[in-house]
Amino acid sequence: MLHLVNKSPSDRASLGSCLRLAAKGSAILLIEDGVYAAISAADSAALIISRLDDYKFYVLKEDLEVRGLSEKPLIDGIAIVDYTGFVDLAATNDSVQSWL
Amino acid sequence: MKFGILVNEGPFTHQASDTAYQFTKAALAAGHEVPRVFFYFDGVNNANKLSEPQSDDRNLVKMWGALAAEHGVDLVVCVAAALRRGIKDEILAEGFRISGLGQLIEQSMGTDRSLVFGD
Amino acid sequence: MEVEFETEGVKKKFLFVNRKAPYGTIYALEILEMVLISAAFEQHAVIAFIDDGVFQIQKGHNPKAIGMKHFAPTFGVIEMEKEDADEDEDIDMVWRIVVEKESLEARGLTADDLAIDVDVLSSADLSALMNEQDVVLSA
Repeated sequence: MLHLVNKSPSDRASLGSCLRLAAKGSAILLIEDGVYAAISAADSAALIISRLDDYKFYVLKEDLEVRGLSEKPLIDGIAIVDYTGFVDLAATNDSVQSWL
Repeated sequence: MKFGILVNEGPFTHQASDTAYQFTKAALAAGHEVPRVFFYFDGVNNANKLSEPQSDDRNLVKMWGALAAEHGVDLVVCVAAALRRGIKDEILAEGFRISGLGQLIEQSMGTDRSLVFGD
Repeated sequence: MEVEFETEGVKKKFLFVNRKAPYGTIYALEILEMVLISAAFEQHAVIAFIDDGVFQIQKGHNPKAIGMKHFAPTFGVIEMEKEDADEDEDIDMVWRIVVEKESLEARGLTADDLAIDVDVLSSADLSALMNEQDVVLSA
């Protein structure tokens, strides 16, 4: 399953809930305001860093660019994908769940 | 692959409609099919032809309509959610049609992947 | 432009995810309407209440206090649909109403506080169940 998280962890609990309930081995893609969770210097980075072995993490390139985060150091281990990559992830995973 | 899309939020207030639109465009460009996009909750507001964004901003209502015209994407607005929010035939934008919530279930049954864009 | 779908013989596993509290937003009510409509299509469904979504099925709502719509009784209809599906051998339709144990406990609730019969699942069991679903509708 591909999990989509679209809010920053300081705004909503959706990333936390996703990390509690997503099955191991799942793909998790950060989109919209969820991309802020990929910033390595943020306090919230620990949430993702502690689970790098359990999931495949991705972050949407266009949403990083929009927010001026393209040059910002991101968590090591998160792959950057663009919308074409997003479509691929949706196609290659069996299903998609949005954490809203 | 056939994608079915659900849009939960209206234009501008949330990024959901933009993300759904960008995803749909990328999917079509990659050779996939997006036969239907269903608009529910405040998503019905994407069908309001009275929307008049500032001249230097994107026009989401028209962008969705163009996708319908160019690629045959069926843009369906839920009748119950629409009535509640005052979206009626007389203000329905080009490319959209109003129908029942069953169209969402049908879309989910008849496509390979279902995606939801919301708040 | 109306599109037709080939749905003959299609049986998918639907998951309806409720994570938001009731009344502060409309999501609880409109997801419920989605669930009800889906009954007519005889698909499998898991209706899950997680995080603040557990408050949607807590007993004692009184929206009339400010003139809002009382949708909680509709959960009773969902319960009935589920029972009908369980009892009717001619219909292949499995419906489950599930609540996450950790979500209840974190909010000081137990199954006794809930207005309908549910399966209370641990996070681990719920995770496994969610992972099996084909279509996830959330709001």
